[in-house]
Amino acid sequence: MMFIRSFLFFFGVLATVLLGWAALVGVPDFMVSEIQPPEGLQRYTEEQLYGRSVYIREGCMYCHSQQVRPEGFGVDQERFWGRPSVPADYVFDKPHLLGTMRTGPDLMNIGVRQSSIDWHLVHLYNPRIVVPGSIMPPFPWLFVEKLSAGPNDKVITLPDSLAPEGKVVVAGRDANALTAYLLSLDRSYPVAQGKPDTTKKK
Amino acid sequence: MAKKKTKKPADPHGEFRGQRTEADQERRIVIDDAARTPTVLYFASGIFWLLVGSLFGIVASLKFNLPDWLGSSAALTFGRIRPAHLNTVMYGWASLAGAGMIVWLTARLCRIQLQLAWVHYLAVILWNLGVLAGTVAILAGYNQGMEWLEFPRFAGAMIAVGFLLFAASIIQTFRKRNVDHLYVSLWYILASMIWFPFLYVVANLGIYQGVIQAAMNWWYGHNALATWFTPIGLAGAYYFIPKVIGRPIYSYYLGLLGFWAFALFYNWNGIHHLVGGPLPTWLVTVSIVASVMMVVPVMAVAVNHHLTTVNHFRMLKFSPTLRFVVIGSMCYTAVSVQGSLESIRSFQEVAHFTHYTIGHAHLGVYAFLSMILFGAIYYIMPRLARWEWPYPGLIKAHFWMSTAGIGIYVIALTIGGWFQGVQLNDPAIPFMDVVEYTKVYLWARSIGGALMVVSHFIFAFQFVMIIKHAGPRRFAPALFRESAPMQREEREP
Repeated sequence: MMFIRSFLFFFGVLATVLLGWAALVGVPDFMVSEIQPPEGLQRYTEEQLYGRSVYIREGCMYCHSQQVRPEGFGVDQERFWGRPSVPADYVFDKPHLLGTMRTGPDLMNIGVRQSSIDWHLVHLYNPRIVVPGSIMPPFPWLFVEKLSAGPNDKVITLPDSLAPEGKVVVAGRDANALTAYLLSLDRSYPVAQGKPDTTKKK
Repeated sequence: MAKKKTKKPADPHGEFRGQRTEADQERRIVIDDAARTPTVLYFASGIFWLLVGSLFGIVASLKFNLPDWLGSSAALTFGRIRPAHLNTVMYGWASLAGAGMIVWLTARLCRIQLQLAWVHYLAVILWNLGVLAGTVAILAGYNQGMEWLEFPRFAGAMIAVGFLLFAASIIQTFRKRNVDHLYVSLWYILASMIWFPFLYVVANLGIYQGVIQAAMNWWYGHNALATWFTPIGLAGAYYFIPKVIGRPIYSYYLGLLGFWAFALFYNWNGIHHLVGGPLPTWLVTVSIVASVMMVVPVMAVAVNHHLTTVNHFRMLKFSPTLRFVVIGSMCYTAVSVQGSLESIRSFQEVAHFTHYTIGHAHLGVYAFLSMILFGAIYYIMPRLARWEWPYPGLIKAHFWMSTAGIGIYVIALTIGGWFQGVQLNDPAIPFMDVVEYTKVYLWARSIGGALMVVSHFIFAFQFVMIIKHAGPRRFAPALFRESAPMQREEREP
C-alpha cells in the first residue's frame, strides 16, 4: 500500500512536469520548425554576429526589448517601433533577445529609426551627450584613446567637457561591431501578417 | 481503507501539538546532530551569497539613479551587475539556504538521521564553485544571453551535479523514514527533488533557437520558481507556522488539494512572460489560463496557513520565527494573486516591460521566500548550535529594516511601474518623458534596497556570533519580548 502510494506520488509529480514541458516547448517547437526565413531577412554577417555578442556581454537585453507588439495591444506602431513581429523574424537568432523590459525603447527596428553610425558611437560612449536625461550606462571601454587617429579609425566627436586632453577617442572593434549589429536591426520587410502562427510559408 | 482515511489527522506524530516524552526529545537531538554540519554549511554559504548578491543589487539600482557612477568599469556595468545579482541571490542565497532548511526538515519529518550525509560536503563545494564561477564569468562578459540561464554551461553543470548529490541524500533519507505518514512539507520537498533537476538540465542543453528558445526560456524561468523556490517557501511555511503556534495545520485535505493543483497548473505558467509577443496565440492563452487557475492552489494554501494563524496573532509579538514566516506566507498569497491578475492580457498591456514586474518579482522572492528562509534559520540555528541568538535586538532590527525596505521597494515600483506603463501606452508622451517620470521611483527603490542590504549584514553578523558561540550567553530563546505564551519556542529540542 505504502509502495503504491509512493509510486503514484512520484509518477504524478513526474507526469505534471513532463506535460508542462510538452505543451509549452515540445509541441510549439514541432509546429514552428517549418518556418522559413522571410525573403527580406538577411543572415547576420560575421561582424554583426560579433556585435551581437557584445550586445549580450554588456546586457543590453535587460533594458531593451526586441519585439513589436501587435496592433491594438499597446501603441508600438504609433511610437514608430515597426510592424508587429512574427516568429519568422527570429529564425537566425540564437540566443533569442526578445527581452522583458522597456527601460529603454524597443530595438527591433533601431537600424531603420536611427541609421547614423556617428550617433550610435557617441551614444554608446556616453548616452547623455545626445540624449539628455538618459539613464543608460556609458560604455567607454568599447573605445580607444589615441594621440592621433589612424587612417581607418572612426573618431567620435565629443563635447569639450568629456574629451580627453590632447587625445582623440576612436571606436574600438567592439564599438564598431555593436554599431554594425544595431544598424542591421531592420525588420521592415513585408511578412504575411495575421495570426502569428499562420506565417508558415509552404 | 475507509477506516484508514478517518484516522488520517493533520498531526499523526505529535510533531505540532508538542508531545514531549523523553524518547521524543532524545531522538530529536540525535537527528539534529546528524544534520548539523551539512545544514550549517548550506546556511553559511547561502548567507555569504545573500551579502554578495544584495551588494550587486544595490549597485545595480544606484546605477539607474547615477548612470555615470563607476561608469568606466566594464565588470560593474548595469548589464553585468544585474544578472550577477539575480544569479547570486537565486542560485546562491535562496537555493543554498533553502537546501539547508530542507536537509534539517527532511530529517526531522522522516524521523531518521540524515542519510548519505557525506555527499553534502561534495554538494556544497560544487554548488558554491558553480555559483562563483558563473558569477565571475558574467562579470567578465561570458553571459549566455538568456534571463535565469546566464551562467556558462560548465557552471550550470557544477550546480546540477551538486543538486543531484543533495537530492540523492534527501531521497535516501526519505526511503529510510521512520514514519508511516508524510507531512505536507515533505510532498513539496520530494516533488522538487524530481522537478528541478529535470528542468535545469533540459534548459541548459541549449537545443532551441528563435521564438521557441524564448518559450523555453520562460518555461524555465517561471518553473524555476514553480519547481524549486516556491516549494522551499511552502515547505517552510507548512512546517514552521504550526510548529511555533503548537497546533496542527488547519486542514490536511486542503493541503492535498493545494499540492496537486499546484503541481498541475504551475508548470504551464511560463509563457505569460511573452504576452503580446511573437508566439502562437494559443500558447500564450494556455499559459494565461493556467496562471489564473493558480488561484485554486494559492487559496487552498492561504486558507490553510491563515486559518492556522488566525487565533494566534498575539504570538507574532514574541516569536521572531513566526513573524518572519507569517509575513512570508501572507506575501505568498499577495504575490500569487497579483501574478494571476498580471497574466491577463489587458493587465499585461500596461504592466509588461515596466518596473511593475520587478516589484512583483521582489515581492515573491524576497517578501515571500526570503522572509520564510530568515524565519527558518532563526528557528533552526539555536537547535543546531546549542547556543541562543545572542542579540534579540538585532533580530528586531533585521526584521524591521528588511520589512520596511521591501515595503518601500515594492510599493514604489508598483506605483511607478504601473504609471510608466500607462504613459508608454500614450503615444503623445515622448519616451524620455516616461524615463524622467520613473526617476523618483527608482530613487525610492534604492532607498528600500539599501535598508535590505544593511539588514542582511546585521543578520550575517549575528549568524557568525551564534556559530562561534560568541556574545552574551542566553538561557532562554531570543524573543522579541520577554516572557510569553510561547509553547513551542521553549528550548526543548
